[in-house]
Formats: sequence, C-alpha cells, structure tokens
Amino acid sequence: MPMTTLAGTDVDVDAEGFLTDASQWNEDVAAEIARAEGIEELTDRHWLVVQVMRREFAEKGTGPAVRALGKISGVGIAELYHLFPKGPAKMAAKIAGIPKPRGCI
Amino acid sequence: MSNGSGRIEKVSVVISKGSLEGIYPGLIMANGARAEGMEANVFFTFFGLDAVHRARHEHIKLATVGNPGLHLATWAGGLPGVSSVMTHYMAQKMEHLDIPPIPEMVEMIAQSGAGLYGCKASADLFGLEKSDLIDEVRDIITVGEFYEAAAGGQIIFT
Repeated sequence: MPMTTLAGTDVDVDAEGFLTDASQWNEDVAAEIARAEGIEELTDRHWLVVQVMRREFAEKGTGPAVRALGKISGVGIAELYHLFPKGPAKMAAKIAGIPKPRGCI
Repeated sequence: MSNGSGRIEKVSVVISKGSLEGIYPGLIMANGARAEGMEANVFFTFFGLDAVHRARHEHIKLATVGNPGLHLATWAGGLPGVSSVMTHYMAQKMEHLDIPPIPEMVEMIAQSGAGLYGCKASADLFGLEKSDLIDEVRDIITVGEFYEAAAGGQIIFT
C-alpha cells in the first residue's frame, strides 16, 4: 500500500490516490487533495457534499454515486458537476478521504 | 481519444433503438462517462428518438417479442398487456437499484453537461421537429455534424 504525505499528515492511498483509511483524513488533507484535483478553494457547498460523503461512508461503508449523492445532499446534479467537474461522486469521495463509490448511476 | 495515460477523455454515444433495453445501456454509458469526468454526447437516431420524444419518452416499453434474452415464449410475449406488465416489473426492479425512469435519466444526463442531439435524417423520416423533442435536446443535427461533435473522442453505437 503506497503511503504519501498530505498537508503534513502521513496517509495510505490506493493507486488512484484515494485514502484507504478514512480515519487518517482531516480538513487540511481534504484541501490538499482538492487542490491537486484542480479545486483551489473548497467552498461551503463543496464541504456540504464532502461531509455527506463521509457520513454516508460511516453509515453504509460506501459513498453514494452521483444520483444518490444529489438526493441525499440536496445539491442538484448540475451544481454537483459545477462543483466537481471531474465527476462529483468520484472527486467528492477522494476529497472526503473515502474509497471511490462503485455505483453505476 | 485519450491522453498519454491511456484514459478515455471523451465519448459520443449513439442510441438507435426505441425499446427499454435498447435505450438504457446507452444512457448508462453516457451518464457513467460524465460521472468519470469525461466529456459526453448522446446522439438519438431512428427509434432511439423516442427516448427524447415529448409524448413518447414516458412510455418506453420492454420488447417482449423477438427478445430471446427474456426467456419467454414468443406467443406469450405477444399477448395483450404482457409488454406493459413486464415493463412495469422491470421498472420496479430498477427503482430498487436506484436506476431512474428514462425521462429522469435523460434529464440527469443533460444536467451533467452532456450534449443531447437528435438525428436529422430520422427526424425527417418520422416528420419530427425540434419542438416534438424535450427541451434538453440541444439541436437536431446531421450525421456530419455528429462526427464533428464527436471529434477527438470514442464513439459507442447502441
């Protein structure tokens, strides 16, 4: 398992850079992952979605795919794609320090 | 096509069939492309236009005749109401898996930023205007314009 240092924290990541241990995550780590993904600053709307991802992962063991993410967070599909242009579920999960959701929808 | 890492960056999906099982795969491919951060277009041609037809997109049926994958005798599939019942059954299973109905799925794909287009030859053939299609369809375009829009990406025909 590769290990890397983000915002001064040692974290385990998979081949795509997703954290493999969500407990190693903190908000500074999130901000650094976001910058690497092209999001200079995480707004309140980004954080809302990221927190939904972490909560869903804690409850269900997986983050939601895009449609469910929209429903649960109350953030519309168009805004989700505006916030996370490289794929809302994938990017938000990465920033949230959880595994990539495997849903197809 | 793809960048140096071998990643696909753009796909254009053609949907040419008007049955439930003919439409969903293309929609799922296009939606999945956007979810992965790829650019995506969907080109609705021939009976596939029904997926974006105002009056018809809520009434897409599963083919119960000529569909051996359904494992239903052909004569049984042709009985009145069988297609509706099977479509309803399938819709319930899909809802359970969080797969939206076709109109909602098309809307979601449009909101994701994918470009939806109708095929001009098919629209001419069926006597359809842009106003017959849902608002999410950006335009009715020729096959040449489709290839222009698809330039630099992968094309998936369904």
